[in-house]
Order: sequence, then structure tokens, then C-alpha cells
Amino acid sequence: MKKLATTSIAALMAASPALADLVFPSLSYRTGPYAAGGIPFADGYADYFTMLNERDGGIGGVEARVLECETGYNTEKGVECYESTKGEGSLVYQPLSTGITYQLIPKATADGIPIHSMGYGRTSAKNGDVFSHVFNYPANYWDGASGAINYLLEANNGDISGKKIALVYHNSAYGKEPIRTLEGLAEKHGFELSLLPVDHPGQEQKSQWLQIRRDRPDNVLMWGWGVMNQVAIQEAANIRFPMENFIGIWWSGSENDVLPAGAAANGYKALTFHGVGSDFPVFADIQTHVVDKGLAAGAGDQIGTVLYNRGMYAAMLAAEAAKKAQEIHGEAEITPAMMRDGMEALEITEAKMTELGLPGFGPEFTVSCGNHGGDALVGVTQWDASAGTWSLISEFAPTDGEIIQPLIDEDSAAYAAENNIEGNCG
Amino acid sequence: MFYREAGDFSTTYEQDSQTFPIKFDRYRYYFVLFVAVLVLPFLVNDYWTNAILVPFLIYAIAAIGLNILTGYCGQVSLGTGGFMAVGAYGCYKLMTAFPEVSIVIHIFAAGGITAIVGTLFGLPSLRIKGFYLAVATLAAQFFLVWLFNRVSWFYNYSASGQITAPEREVFGIAVTGPQTEPWAMYLICLFFVIFSGIVARNLTRGSIGREWMAIRDMDIAAEIIGVNPLKAKLTAFAVSSFFVGLSGALFFAVYLGAVEVGEVFGITKSFIVLFMIIIGGLGSIFGSFAGAAFLVILPVVLKLVGVDLLGFPTDIVAHFQLVIIGALIVAFLILEPHGLAQLWRVAKEKLRLWPFPH
Amino acid sequence: MDNLIFAGEVFLNGLMAGVLYALVALGFVLIYKASGIFNYAQGVMALFAAMTLVGIQKGQVPFAHLINAIFGTDVHYFGWSINSIVAIMFTVAVMILLAYLVQKVVFKHLVGQEPIILFMATIGLAYFLEGFADLMWNSEIKTLDVCVAGELCLPQGINLAIDETTFGWFGYGYFIDNLDITATIVAVMLVAALIMFSQYTKQGRAMRAVADDHQAALSVGVSLNFIWVLVWSVAGFVALVAGIMWGAKSGVQFSLSLIALKALPVLMLGGFTSIPGAIVGGLIIGVGEKLFEFFMSSQSLAGELFGFTISATENWFAYVLALIFLVFRPQGLFGEKIIERV
Repeated sequence: MKKLATTSIAALMAASPALADLVFPSLSYRTGPYAAGGIPFADGYADYFTMLNERDGGIGGVEARVLECETGYNTEKGVECYESTKGEGSLVYQPLSTGITYQLIPKATADGIPIHSMGYGRTSAKNGDVFSHVFNYPANYWDGASGAINYLLEANNGDISGKKIALVYHNSAYGKEPIRTLEGLAEKHGFELSLLPVDHPGQEQKSQWLQIRRDRPDNVLMWGWGVMNQVAIQEAANIRFPMENFIGIWWSGSENDVLPAGAAANGYKALTFHGVGSDFPVFADIQTHVVDKGLAAGAGDQIGTVLYNRGMYAAMLAAEAAKKAQEIHGEAEITPAMMRDGMEALEITEAKMTELGLPGFGPEFTVSCGNHGGDALVGVTQWDASAGTWSLISEFAPTDGEIIQPLIDEDSAAYAAENNIEGNCG
Repeated sequence: MFYREAGDFSTTYEQDSQTFPIKFDRYRYYFVLFVAVLVLPFLVNDYWTNAILVPFLIYAIAAIGLNILTGYCGQVSLGTGGFMAVGAYGCYKLMTAFPEVSIVIHIFAAGGITAIVGTLFGLPSLRIKGFYLAVATLAAQFFLVWLFNRVSWFYNYSASGQITAPEREVFGIAVTGPQTEPWAMYLICLFFVIFSGIVARNLTRGSIGREWMAIRDMDIAAEIIGVNPLKAKLTAFAVSSFFVGLSGALFFAVYLGAVEVGEVFGITKSFIVLFMIIIGGLGSIFGSFAGAAFLVILPVVLKLVGVDLLGFPTDIVAHFQLVIIGALIVAFLILEPHGLAQLWRVAKEKLRLWPFPH
Repeated sequence: MDNLIFAGEVFLNGLMAGVLYALVALGFVLIYKASGIFNYAQGVMALFAAMTLVGIQKGQVPFAHLINAIFGTDVHYFGWSINSIVAIMFTVAVMILLAYLVQKVVFKHLVGQEPIILFMATIGLAYFLEGFADLMWNSEIKTLDVCVAGELCLPQGINLAIDETTFGWFGYGYFIDNLDITATIVAVMLVAALIMFSQYTKQGRAMRAVADDHQAALSVGVSLNFIWVLVWSVAGFVALVAGIMWGAKSGVQFSLSLIALKALPVLMLGGFTSIPGAIVGGLIIGVGEKLFEFFMSSQSLAGELFGFTISATENWFAYVLALIFLVFRPQGLFGEKIIERV
């Protein structure tokens, strides 16, 4: 068995170098407890690059190659995937899990490969001065928390003092992310925050929802993941909590989360940083160039779902950054270091998105050396159960930097001190 | 014929009681050590270290630990993940509180802390037996994970709730943190593996090991012939947890570098280590290594064959991995319930007799 | 006073949750009693059964993804949908087939092995089934709608009658989920059916004989093989019921297999060999963990008393409760007395 491994690794290593293409590894999780979320994301990510290859002949004339590696959302497998793919000239990693992201932040920085953790991972990575190779544009969890409160402020004519807001969260590092931001905001706006942790995996939430029923909060926010989302939405429906007062983070706002509850989930809201639905010209291109040719990564039935769109959006941002890198360095076959420069100079404008067939799909933002997190614009979507669609019900609106920025500075400074990092931006 | 003890005469007590009394075994052992210490460090690259060797070595320590408790002393435990977490968080707290002290001492101290915690959770074993005990150790698993998640002192109040290993050096060479060279990672793990292997081997050969085995075989009978069950069971819990704590500390500090307790030290970790010792062989140090190798390498091999050679979609390969590992476990149990270690013993026997059948 | 009323509501919901735990624990007890196998795969069996049920109902093509990957085809659905009752019957048939295969391929060869080896084999089985279920029915979340005779579906949501009645009594309406009430009724019917089966049918009596003493049963002409297939089939049926009840809440997905972890403390408490133990144990754990969480997370209770509150305790509380209990009664509530001889 060992011999087999040796020979196959040798074969692999002999075959890999000198391929003239742009490698985009995709650490997907199509199996395991969270597979339902991982499949559409990975499909969207792969399909967009396939579409670029078929339609435009790649990025700047060089073919893009998606290198898929299955992690099953498991950190150790993620490490194995990273090590096995980084030698192939991988340009940017989407670790797709908080655990793997934290793993890769020091490793990839040491190897000089950029990471794009879009809407997850280490929030303070927004500070590019400390995290030179980590990007989390266009929005992070703390923006999400602030975006939700801003949305409520707007709905209540700017005054939510005395309101009761409950946060139902996955009892893990991920779920605890928004707490500090929300506490800061509670002080600023005078609302009352109550915290309701749910232990992993979250199949039993009776206690939490009975408490919500007793306390009658005005709004419930949710930082949930996996089975916790479906159960929470079902329980909210059971206690007849008004769905329009229930807002989830973007990882609690896909079709998978609302469909099991059926019609009862109607009106549930979720935060987002990208557009929903398939009403964009780019999907026609994906249909003709990818699905109709039988090149789709998945069954082709996921197009237009929230997570497919998110995967496609991630691919679009990666492709745009690669183009930017080609432009800056004047070379078509870019290296990870060039890719990093491209990501740092990335600028997404409405005109550019329209040109790409994605008008109004995401917020406009610019990335700079000091700011790896974009302009922190967050929108809100709502589920329509009878039509079976999500729709964007607010503009991508700015979030409260006054509260968030000090938290980012504090956390990134702690990381810089621990790891002896001096500023990258001079 | 190929493997024989003929011509091996012990003339002193030292010779008779050495770890490998048969010359052939001894040379093989020296050879393996030689390759592991002096050859492999020059060959390893990032992939080999991070994907295969380091996880194998760390799991081997955990498997040795659990094997002492389950294989030698007969107390089935499903709390391994929780105890590894104690080692990891203990190591982290020590690393950040006393940065000037050597990391090696921190790792040993983390093992010591785990031994204390393990002994505490071992107390019910005096009353509870068999599967009831296995399920009772799950209490340790869930409680410890919850505790590390809940009390922010354990992760130094960091906003992310994760613990990250700062850079530490041994003899001026980084062994933790992102700048670590693959060979340094490998060697520090190897050092602890050799230490654990030698200690475990000698403990299990000695009087304490015999007491454990007596308790395993029949605790009432053991008590009648004068083995103190309190002492035997608690020392087994302590020694076992010490090794498990070492492996937890290494897992966090050297291998992963950043850890969140629920994700890394969850219940699955407990099960994986248990699989390792059952597949490898209960009550065998060699079995711990074999089992760890089997479960670390097999998925990688299946992935390489499925994805890279045959070009299947990654998810189908991942599903097949589960099917194949499941089927292999069952097949192993049917063909050889005593694990890889027993297969090895049978093979040695065959080699000794060859070419004669008896 | 308010707290007392709330505690009443929590208590009732705890009882309901306990029934659901007991439902899972029941499957473990059946197999352990009859064959001494601690069947870790029970949770995965629930997942597999629920996936099969949905797959048959919706007319999914089994192994569609695999077939498409190998032959380059594009098949997903047969294009029919099947009535729930018929689909349940098909699923039961699949579970019986599974039971037969498990016995024939695995446990027939492991007769007389140590318990830990048998336990390990069930873990291997769990891995196998997990991968197999995903290959067969793919790993997306599936919505479970079980409807009898067209309109009468599994109910969800608050029971208004209880809400109104208790509102009349206390001025606060209790929340009881209709699904939980249904689950309780189903569980009672299931246990009644099991008791009837084991008391009044020939096979049932043979099953009890095997549970009491393998060798004696063998010597009076009971076929062990047949009984073990029977027991695994019954456990498969129990897994299906548990899968439906849990799956109705969360959709059918991987996490269903984790419900086994909820059943283990129930088993410890009730004893591995006792069906009444599983039920009583389930109720105690359900009520205990809900009340503990209610008490410890409430500012006006634990906050006043200890000065701090803790929450999300449910994962470990059940285990710690069972552990403390076992220290005083090592064989569980209804377990057989452990008699050891040298």
C-alpha cells in the first residue's frame, strides 16, 4: 500500500509542472454534515471558470483550471488539500471553513499565496497592514451584525432604543463572532440584547425557542450553520414568531435552510453581500457555454440558488483580480504573488459588473493595502415561500465603521503582537 | 527460516530481559530508528510531513495512550478527543504564560495536566464497567469541549475563540508557527513518539503492566490475587491520559497551529483513535502504530487513486472512501479480530517455519 | 410564580423530547438484548431509512450521480411520486433486506466474538452505510412530507387547544408542538405493538427466548439466524420511525445520524437491556436537560442564586446526569444485575 502511494505521488509530481494555465484550487465539501451547502458553492465556483474558458478562452488568453479537492469540512483534510495543491501554482485559496481558514492564514502567508475568505474566516483580516495575504472583501461578520441592526433602525425610523433583540447562535467561534459588535451597538442605540447559544449540531432547540416565546423579543438574529438553521426556522414557525422579524446571517439564508419548513418559512430574512436569483445575463452564458455542453460541475439544477450565486461571485472576484494582476504586471501567466497584488488593487464598480453580465449583483467596493475587506456594504434578502425565491429587499447599505473599526484594530494588533508582524503598508 | 531465534543465546539477565530479545527483531528496530531519525528528515517535503508523517506520528502517540487504557487495562474510553483538547489548551496556556520556557517542557507539562484530568474522570471506572463506562467517558468528552468553548480564559479572551500557536524554538530552530521547516516538525514529533514508545513498552512489560492486564482479563480474580484495582485503574487512566495529552499538545502546537475545540477535538476524534487501536490490535504497541498508519494513509491513498489516477469526481471518491473504509473494517474483523498486530505475529510465525508448513 | 409556570411548560416539553430520545434508544435496546451487539450504526440506519423513504416517494433514481459520472448520462428522477404509505412499505422492505444482508455478510461470521469487536463491526457498518446512503440518494437536504390518505400530513406547530386551556388556567399559554404529540402517540403505539409481538406471536416469543439465553433457545429449536435477522429488521423499522420524526423537523440530512449520540445517555440511565428502561430513561433525560438548561440560563434563577448563568448545556448534561446516576447503580435503572464470578 505504501508503495502504491509512493508511485502515485511520484506520478503526480512528475505530471504536474509546466502547465500553462491559471490554477484556482477549490477546497469543496460535497460530503459530510454540511454537504448541502458545499455542493452549490463548488458548482458555482467551477462553472464560472468553465464559462470563461469556453466563452473567452480563459482569463487574458490563459485557460483557468479549477483544482477541486474534497475537504468534507474537516480541518485535517483541508491541510492535506492545501499541501497537495499548493505545488501546482495555485493562485488563491477559498478555504470555505472557519477552521481551515485559521489554519491557512499563517501557512499561506509564509508560502506567499493569497487567501480569499469571503464572508467568513478571521474578521480582523480586513486589516491588510497585518494580514498581508488574507482578503475578506466584500463584507465580514461584524459588518453583517451592523448591517442587520442598521436595517432594523431604518425599519423603525432610526429608533430602536428599548427594543429587545435576541441572538440565536451556533455555540462555536463562528457563532460568537457578532457578539462584541452587537454589544457595542446595543450600547450605542440603547436596545436590549439577549444571547441564546445552541450547541453543535443544533437538532434540539426547544429550550431556546421556549425562552424566545416567553421573552417575546422584537427581533431575532441568527448565526447558524448546518442543521441548526433548518431546525431554528421550523421552531420559529412553530412558536409563531413573525418571520419578517427573524434575520439570519448569510450562512443561514439559502434555499436549503428554508425549504424544509415549507410555507411556514415565508417572510424569513437573511443578510447578503451579493445578488440572488438567476435574472442576470451571465446565467444565460453559463447555460449556453457550460450546462448545454454538458460541462457543468454539478447537475446544473442549482443555478440561481443563493449558494451557487455565492460560489460564482467568488469565482468572478477571483477572475477579476487575476485580470487586474495581469494588467499590473503585464504578464498573462501570473504567479500567486502577482495575484496578491491584483487582489489588493481590485476595484468593483457598477459599470464593471454590468460589463460582466452581473448588473447590481454585488456592492461596489475597492480594496487597498490597508483595507482588505472592501467597503462593508450589506443587503437584506427575503424568502417568498410560494414562489420559492429569495429577493433583495434593501440596497447594499453601509455599516457602522465607528463600532467595527476599533474592534478590527484591536484584534489585528493582538495578532500582530503575537506573531511579530510589522506593518506591510509602510 | 527467514525469521528465527536460533543461535540467540542469552548469557546475562540483561540480555534476557531486553526489549527485543531476538537479534533479528533488534536489528529491525535499529534499522527503523535509523531510517526514521537519520534518513527521512532529509527526504521529507511539505506534503509528506503535513499530510502523512506528522498526523501519523501524533495519532500514534494518542493510539499508544488509548491502547494502554483500553488494550492493556480493558477500560473502553470514548473521551480521547476531550483529553487531547486538555493537552492542547494546557500547552497553549503554558506557551503564552511562560514564553521563555522551552516548548518541550510545555508539552510534557501539558501531558501532566491531562494525566490529572484523566485520573479525575477515571474515578467512576471503579464502579462502572464495559459499555457503561465507554458511554460515561463521553461525559468527559462533551463536558471538556463545552468548557473550553465557554470559558474565555482558556483562549485568552481572543475575539475569534480560536487558539493560535505562537512561534517557539528548540535549539534555535522553529518548531511551531508558520516558519517551521518540515523536517523540524517531523523531528520534534518523532522525538515524542520515540519517547512514548519506549516508556509505554517498558511500562507494559513491567509489574504495572502486568497489573493492568490482570485487571483487563478479570478484575475480580486480579483483586483476589492481590492487585489493587484502584491503583491499577487510576494509573492506567493517568498514563493513558498523559500520552493522549502529549498528542493533543503536538496536534495543536506543531501540526495544526490553530485550533477551535469543537471542530478539532470533537467526538469523531475519540472514535478515530479507538478505530486505530482496534484495527491495529488491542494490547500491542506495534498495533498502535499500525492502526494509526492504516487510518492516516488509507484515505490519502484512496483519494490519490480515485481522483488523480482514475479522474472520478471528488465527492464520489469521498463517498467511496467511507464505503471502502467501512467494508475494510468489517472484513478485518471477520478475518482477524485481533487486528494488524496479530496478522504481523502470524506472518512472523509463517516466516519462521517456512518452507515447512508446521 | 412565573418561573414555576414556565418550568411547567419546560417540563412538558422535556417529556416530549424524552419520547423522541427513547424512540432512538429503543432500536439499540432491541439489538443489544437479542444479540449482545451494541449497534452504533442505529443512527445511520435512521438516516438511511429516512433517505430511502424520501427517495422512493419522490422517485429519485438510486446512484444517479454515480451512473451519470460513469456513463455520462443525465438521469435524476423517474418522474413519479409515490403515496407515503406505499413508500413506507417499500422502505420497510429495504430495511428487512438490509437486516438480512447485515446478518448474512457480517455478524454470521462474528458469532461468539468479544463485545468490543462486535461494537467495532457496527462502526464499520455505520461508515459503510453513511457512504452508501450518500452514493445512493445524494447528500442534499431533502424535505420530508409524510401524508396519509392525501390530506392528513404530519402536523407541525403549536397545539392551540393546549395553548388556550393553559392560558385559561395560568394566564400563560403552554407551547406544545403537534409533531411531538404525534411522536408520543406513535411511540406508544410502537411500544404496544412490540409488546404484543413479543408476547403473543411465535416469533416474538422465540425472540424473547433468544434474549434470555442463546444456548437454551438454540437447544429447543429456535433458529438464531432467523431471530437475529428479525431483530435487525425490527430495529430497522424503529430507525425508520425515528428518522421520520426527527427528519420532519430538520429535513432529511446527514445530521440525522447524530441522533445516536442523544440516545446513549438514555441507554446508560435505563440500562442496555430494558425497553421500559429506555422509555423511562428517555423521559428523565429529556426533562432533566431541559429543566437544567432553563434553570441555569435564567437570570432570575441561577443568576440570583449563583451570580452567573450558563447555557447550551444540553450536550453534556445528559451524560453527566447518567454518569452520576451510574456511580450509584452501575447497571442502569432497569438493567439486569451484573453478577460476576471468578
